[in-house]
Amino acid sequence: MNSVRRTLLAALSLALLKPWAVLAATWNKDAFGAKTAADALKSLGIASAAPSSALAIEAPEIAENGAVVPIEITSKIPGTSSIAVIVDKNPFPLVAKFDFKEGALPFVKVNVKMGETSDVRVIAQADGKAHVATKEIKVTIGGCGG
Amino acid sequence: MAAGPMKMRATLAAGYTDIRVLMTHPMETGQRKDSDGKLVPMHFIQNITVKVNGKPALECQVSQGVSRNPVFTFRLKGGARGDKIEVSWLDNLGETNSVETAVA
Repeated sequence: MNSVRRTLLAALSLALLKPWAVLAATWNKDAFGAKTAADALKSLGIASAAPSSALAIEAPEIAENGAVVPIEITSKIPGTSSIAVIVDKNPFPLVAKFDFKEGALPFVKVNVKMGETSDVRVIAQADGKAHVATKEIKVTIGGCGG
Repeated sequence: MAAGPMKMRATLAAGYTDIRVLMTHPMETGQRKDSDGKLVPMHFIQNITVKVNGKPALECQVSQGVSRNPVFTFRLKGGARGDKIEVSWLDNLGETNSVETAVA
């Protein structure tokens, strides 16, 4: 076996062994590793967001169990391409970022953990502009401890 | 607890398709201690992809701030009975899983 063939085979078997490498599209390490909401937003490339009434957050006023806080987000802003969810007082505030492609409606329901009572911020990006909606959720039992 | 099976339901509603998907995953934050007082290492889903008939409709990035055994609801414009929906996830340890169903 010549060396070229060997290298090619090695590369091929590596690719076969790591099918998830293709799946590992992007995970914004800086934004998810940020310890403040401001830093997370900076890493997401969002400078300022205007409050919008077309962005709705449906969530309980008081969450009895911080380990599972259901949050439903609906955007009526035309051209919404992504929605980010930030729990201001969590150790790592950025919880999720949803990118909507062709065929998806700008809607999502997700369960999040909340360590303590906090503002939950939802930021929608549409046509290069950022919109924000905020809701305070009170937590009686935190969901991030042991 | 290790990552486990997924469950999904996709139904046709008025003008949209409703997708509910459940993932079995510990979503460890790296801050919790086990019974011996040792920190349980981080283990959480990072990427979720929703495909419709093979085409990506949603790309999600999530953190350890999502609850254990995550449940998501997504919606797609229109849709038809029999559309193939595939949801897959990838976690920080490189584990992955996926589930496929047809719109009912």
